[in-house]
Amino acid sequence: MHLFILKRLLIAPFLLAIFSVIAFVLIQAPPGDFLTSYIAELAQGGTSIGQEQIEALRQQYGLDRPTYVQYFVWVGNLLQGDLGTSFEWRRSNAELIGERLALTLTMTTISLIFTWAIAIPAGIISAVRQYSGIDYVITVLNYIGLATPNFLLALLIMWFAFDQFGVTVTGLFSPEYVAAPWSLARVADMMSRIWLPALVLAVAGTAEVARVVRANLLDELDRPYTEMARAKGLPEWRLVLKYPTRVAIAPVISTLGWYIPRLLSGGLVVSVVMSLPTIGPLLLRSLIGQDMYLAGTIILLYSVLTIVGTLLSDILLALLDPRIRTA
Amino acid sequence: MNEDRGDVVLSVRNLKTHFPTDDGVVKAVDGVTFDLHQGEVLGVVGESGCGKSITMKSVMQLVGKPGRIVDGQILFKRNRDGTNTEEVDIAKLRTNGKKIREIRGGDIALIPQEPMASFSPLHSIGSQIVEAVMLHQDVSKQEAKRIAIEKLNEVGMPSAEQRFDAYSWQLSGGLRQRAIIALALACNPSILIADEPTTAIDVTTQAQILELLKRLQREHGSSILFITHDLGVIAQLADHVVVMYLGRVMEQGAVSDVFTHPRHPYTRALLASIPSLHSEPRIELPTVAGGIPHPLQRPNGCPFHPRCPDAIPGTCDVAMPKLLDVEQSKVACFLHHDEAEEADA
Ligand SMILES: Nc1ncnc2c1ncn2[C@@H]1O[C@H](COP(=O)(O)OP(=O)(O)OP(=O)(O)O)[C@@H](O)[C@H]1O
Ligand SMILES: [Mg+2]
Repeated sequence: MHLFILKRLLIAPFLLAIFSVIAFVLIQAPPGDFLTSYIAELAQGGTSIGQEQIEALRQQYGLDRPTYVQYFVWVGNLLQGDLGTSFEWRRSNAELIGERLALTLTMTTISLIFTWAIAIPAGIISAVRQYSGIDYVITVLNYIGLATPNFLLALLIMWFAFDQFGVTVTGLFSPEYVAAPWSLARVADMMSRIWLPALVLAVAGTAEVARVVRANLLDELDRPYTEMARAKGLPEWRLVLKYPTRVAIAPVISTLGWYIPRLLSGGLVVSVVMSLPTIGPLLLRSLIGQDMYLAGTIILLYSVLTIVGTLLSDILLALLDPRIRTA
Repeated sequence: MNEDRGDVVLSVRNLKTHFPTDDGVVKAVDGVTFDLHQGEVLGVVGESGCGKSITMKSVMQLVGKPGRIVDGQILFKRNRDGTNTEEVDIAKLRTNGKKIREIRGGDIALIPQEPMASFSPLHSIGSQIVEAVMLHQDVSKQEAKRIAIEKLNEVGMPSAEQRFDAYSWQLSGGLRQRAIIALALACNPSILIADEPTTAIDVTTQAQILELLKRLQREHGSSILFITHDLGVIAQLADHVVVMYLGRVMEQGAVSDVFTHPRHPYTRALLASIPSLHSEPRIELPTVAGGIPHPLQRPNGCPFHPRCPDAIPGTCDVAMPKLLDVEQSKVACFLHHDEAEEADA
């Protein structure tokens, strides 16, 4: 078991190195750089700047150096814990990302808890009571959940809350806490609001996971080991939860790794619609503005989260299944 | 019938287990009658799909949806503590109710066909045996573990103590089968139901497992319902035999009698297709002339008549013969008597 975790930990740095190259190449891929888009924006506003000035800025930002040098400077700084500075915001990336990342992770985690807490029981009931009334209800809800774009759901909820209760549910903080320093009261305020976008984000995933659990469990319920457990005299619910369910949820747990980045990017539209100070809109803005070190750092952070998520799911799977543990 | 058989412990009478499907009702078991006596091995043979497994599942109330016991009785003499006996009609019990759960594993245990797939791969075999022990006996966890190891030893599991913590996929086919038998024996059941327990393992191991079952049956005096395709195995192991075809019993009697004097044309056809019973004990059930009809297209009258060389036109295709005593055995065939079942409403 320890060896198993150690092996995976040892691979992580190599994966990160590869991801950093890919992230950098992707960001460099669009024609031009931060300055070209900066100048274009200035021109739109009616301002223009001289050629020398541009060259000076380009030198200042290091954009005149060869691409690979830029890459190594970036990675070198990252290794020393320096996430760089945003061209556009003229602030350190660490500062820009920090709080947003924390809020995003909180929201994602809550959303994941919602997803599993609703989807796994729903999938189990649906399978055990196949073709019953409750199975049909859950199946219909699943289709609705899958078919409803989450930003639409967000809009509907916002409209409903405002229309019925006169409450604005956008943002993650009440107006008096938006700019306030962190305190217990601010955390409580955030928690009282964050569950709503988390729930909105959870809907599609819940529908999907419930369907996966239902299908897997239906397979497992026919297996001889389930029948053998029944032939032993175990009560039905106890045996269903102890034996086939444990096998049926393994594929759900194995998706933990990519669930995190998917929620991060999937939450983008919802974040924009509900004006949530999460990381998605920041990444979008940095990509549009070719704010390359900010964008690169965020993408690399996504990779780190994916690796951590995959490691977590590997550990959970190993705890669940001795065949993985001993492999 | 033989007078020296023990008391009847399980009496299946006119059992009907049907599956309503979109295309019609599959009458998987349609009027099966047999008695299992104390301390005997009752073999059940018949071609694939004739309802052997569904009969056994019915006995444990394990028939999966949409199947249902629609008629008949399964009278079981329940005798846990050796003193007072109660008679339970299992056919009337609620599926997964408390009573049947006490009987399952406790009084009637299953030795399934696929030992590999019958243990959960995620739990050690020891924990799965302990679970069964603790379900039916009021013992501590340590005591249950002691019993489990004792049972593993009893079925000849080498280094049982270490194997207690093993997973099923770490064992060879033969050891897995032994572990499953230990699980079945965990609560000293009075009846063992073995559904083709040796089809998945090689010949040598198969012989060892049969030897083991024979020994256990002698030592515990338990009764075994043994399902197989293999007439050789029946000859080797069973005292009595039930020959099934399309959900009905065709013939039934002592193995020594039925195998030497088969009376039903179906039994004769089965036996004729084995070159030599004693020199070649592992011939699978042969192809009797013609195919088995589709379960939804059961012939009228005797279900075997379309394939029967001796069918009497106007009789066998009209009515179903009753299962009646003919000399020492019971036969359902108009060649031997002329009593028919009353037609179903
Ligand atoms: N779930 C089901 N739905 C419909 N019909 C079924 C179902 N399960 C079993 N049957 C039918 O019941 C009949 C008897 O099946 P059973 O498994 O008892 O046969 P068997 O004698 O054990 O055969 P085998 O030797 O192949 O194990 C088959 O014709 C099958 O089509
Ligand atoms: Mg079968």
